[in-house]
Amino acid sequence: MSPPATTAALRVTGLTAGYGPVTALDGVDVTAGPGRITAVLGANGAGKTTLLRTVSGLVPARSGSVHAGDVDLTGAAPERIARAGIAHVPEGRGVVTELTVEENLRLGALLGKARGRTDTAIDDVYAMFPPLAERRRRDAHTLSGGERQMLVIGRALACGPDVLLLDEPSLGLAPRVVSQIFELLRERVEGSRLAVLLVEQNARSALSVADLGVVLNLGRVVASAPAAELAADDALRHAYLGF
Amino acid sequence: MLQFVNTLLTGLGQGAVYAAFALALVLIWRATRVVNFAQGAMAAFTTYLALLVVESTGSWWVGLLTALAAGLVLGAGVERVVVRRVGPHNELGAVIVTLGLFVALQALAAILFGAQFRSFPAPAGLEGFALGSVTIALTPSMLITVGAVAVVLLGLVALFRFTDVGLRMRASAFDGEVARLLGVPVGRMLTLGWALAALVGSLAGVLIAGGSLVWPAYMDTVIVNGFVAAVLGGLDSPGGAVVGGLAMGVILALVTGYVGSDLVPLAALAVLVAVLLVRPQGLFARTAARRV
Amino acid sequence: MAAPVRPTEQAGTASRSGREPGRWSGLAARLRPRATFARHAALALLALVVVVLVLELTGPFRNSQFATMSYYAVAAAGLTVLTGLNGQISLGHGALMAVGAYTTGLLLPADVPLLLVLVIAAGVTALVGVLVGAAAARLKGPYLAGATLAFAVALPGLAIHFDEALGGEQGLPVPSPRPPDWFADAVYFLSANETSSAKYLAYVGWLVAIVAFLLLANLTASRIGRIWKAVRDDEVAAELAGVRLSRVRVLAFAVSAACAGLAGGVLGVVVRLAAPTGFTIVLSISLLTAVVVGGLGSLLGAVLGSALLVFLPPAVTDLGASAGLTDVQAAQLAPFVYGAVLILVILLAPGGVVGTVRARWHARTTAPAGAPEERTGRS
Ligand SMILES: Nc1ncnc2c1ncn2[C@@H]1O[C@H](COP(=O)(O)OP(=O)(O)O)[C@@H](O)[C@H]1O
Ligand SMILES: [Mg+2]
Repeated sequence: MSPPATTAALRVTGLTAGYGPVTALDGVDVTAGPGRITAVLGANGAGKTTLLRTVSGLVPARSGSVHAGDVDLTGAAPERIARAGIAHVPEGRGVVTELTVEENLRLGALLGKARGRTDTAIDDVYAMFPPLAERRRRDAHTLSGGERQMLVIGRALACGPDVLLLDEPSLGLAPRVVSQIFELLRERVEGSRLAVLLVEQNARSALSVADLGVVLNLGRVVASAPAAELAADDALRHAYLGF
Repeated sequence: MLQFVNTLLTGLGQGAVYAAFALALVLIWRATRVVNFAQGAMAAFTTYLALLVVESTGSWWVGLLTALAAGLVLGAGVERVVVRRVGPHNELGAVIVTLGLFVALQALAAILFGAQFRSFPAPAGLEGFALGSVTIALTPSMLITVGAVAVVLLGLVALFRFTDVGLRMRASAFDGEVARLLGVPVGRMLTLGWALAALVGSLAGVLIAGGSLVWPAYMDTVIVNGFVAAVLGGLDSPGGAVVGGLAMGVILALVTGYVGSDLVPLAALAVLVAVLLVRPQGLFARTAARRV
Repeated sequence: MAAPVRPTEQAGTASRSGREPGRWSGLAARLRPRATFARHAALALLALVVVVLVLELTGPFRNSQFATMSYYAVAAAGLTVLTGLNGQISLGHGALMAVGAYTTGLLLPADVPLLLVLVIAAGVTALVGVLVGAAAARLKGPYLAGATLAFAVALPGLAIHFDEALGGEQGLPVPSPRPPDWFADAVYFLSANETSSAKYLAYVGWLVAIVAFLLLANLTASRIGRIWKAVRDDEVAAELAGVRLSRVRVLAFAVSAACAGLAGGVLGVVVRLAAPTGFTIVLSISLLTAVVVGGLGSLLGAVLGSALLVFLPPAVTDLGASAGLTDVQAAQLAPFVYGAVLILVILLAPGGVVGTVRARWHARTTAPAGAPEERTGRS
């Protein structure tokens, strides 16, 4: 369980959070390095969504800290965290269905570093996901599931973030669409400064695209290793990853 | 025939005002899922301010601008001080709070400005235009009313369509959490939404008052008619609110002209019940799933 | 973030059973309904004694204030059952009171006995309530509020339109019933006091109120009351459990409307007039203030709230007059305070008086079960 060699774009230390009497996260340490995809795996209810929501300030942390580079973001408001370069694609996607595709992207590009060059930022998204370019004037509610996932990932990337948090992007998508999206993601990350934290229940596909993996169970980290090692560990796979 | 045409014209003139009022309700509903029952009392309040200004400056237009500015401030203040503190997922609490504002503001208007009837000047003439030998019920004041509503409508459309702040407001209203994750200061957008809505409501208040009488409760029937118009259009749809408002204006003008003005509120109730029973999502709603 | 409005529980149901030791709970459950009814009857008797004492120990002015309080209490009780126990809001209760008052105004001159008139007033209003309830059965929250608001604004138009029968703007005078002789004798026997008309009306009002409260208390403690609460708390679950939502809602509306009609009937004879101006939207909102301040869902809260409606206006009006306001201005202070109080209660103490006191009491008597943390729900 060696920490990633590069400096972390996102460093989560001892994070604890929950809902009322429920403790959903219990002292979790996770880092995400630039140019890497870090998969966060675990069964339903393991605390994966809570981890992302606590990182982006939607759920208050009870203890622990969240740093982006050198900036301490613990306890900051979600909009401030977003402006600090952490983009979060929530579970269930979060498409603003009554806006057009382009308006959704513009909304993402308005944020932070892309300000003033929204058009090029949007064009970059279209280059990455050509199907969106064809539908730019359409209302977002007309998109298919895979297109919606492209839209929200593209929207999150349009502001040029340092960290991308993805919550179950494969949910409800056909395997072919999932691997297509994961491949595009891989290409985008390779050689860039972007750090991706990819939450998935679908461990097999996630490990196939990720560099590193972290396994959560009942709010605690039970394993943290290069993706290939995790995929090769039969006991771990059977106990926590379900394949 | 002439009577029918005149009734229609009067109805459309009134309808423009209902449209503005319904639009104010829709803006707030979309932003905060609250039907602002205080909208009428807020508009009555700012109309009294306008009346003070009109009486001291002699200019109807300065009065109108005063009302609009006061509406902005009042709307923002109400959202910041009261509505925001109700918290989410408290439908009943939100309804009750706006009702509290309704009575409190109405009573405050009576205390500050008096409870008696006062006449509010018209923006322009109240004589109908003559077409050859007949005089139709289209007056210069009505043209100003319709024109003012149209200008505000187009302004709102431009704001929401073409500006960054409009885009942020739409996203905040649609899904506050997603908007925050995209760095939008949702709280400020909601305040702005209430402020703009109150501005539009104030416009309706001054336009209704023009050439007629004001008293603290003069907006009570307008609240109902505006609400019915908004529901008719599907509470979520600004375009629907405008069409609903015009339709209500015409329907109620027909009832006034051919049945009797006492029964106008009853007609509004009948329209509301009919819409809610037959097509609760409104005539123009795009999404069928709506909690009623 | 303020807690959502949580209607206060009726005493004796959920809050009690939670602390019953396991062995006894079966027995307690079997005994409770009958025990509850006996308790209600005892409370009604106690209330009767209090009413007699209060009315005999105070003068005609206070007597007439108590007469007013009696009908506010009944109307508020009807509203609190609807809003607090069934989760429906109504801005139409002022207008429903008008139905009761006009019915009384039409029947009393025809020499129908007062009690029968009041029963008919309640029945007619209940019928109107069924109509309103049927139209509103599918509506919730702001839609229901708007629909009942439209109803409240529309109804006075009928009185004006049919001015031959209903007196138009001037309204319909309601003859004041004379106290029967046996009543004067009974009062003299009890306290050696002379009977005034105000006193008679106060007795009538409070007897009506006690009967209405007894019926409502038993109804809410019965199966029907539990179904109402189930619908309020989770209508999907209730529907899955076989509850027919619209029927339940219509029944709640009818019961609530009957109370409003009864209250309107008493109002008619106390005020001696049924006029459109007496049933404005402000009346409906005042009733809402009464039940929210008292504690949504609580009958005791309805009584406390109705006391507020009677005793607050003179107090603030005096205050305003001594602060240099004109009479007209001072008269508007009461609705101003209603509105302000309504907002403050929702923001600061959403349980109202009864709910807040009960919560404090529970906090003191039960061990603290971990500090409640703010939940970040997902919408
Ligand atoms: N809004 C909530 N309120 C209460 N408990 C919650 C809420 N969201 C999640 N939980 C609980 O927190 C734990 C972790 O949930 P979550 O983070 O959604 O897991 P995952 O995304 O890994 O499936 C679960 O036990 C879940 O029941
Ligand atoms: Mg999850």
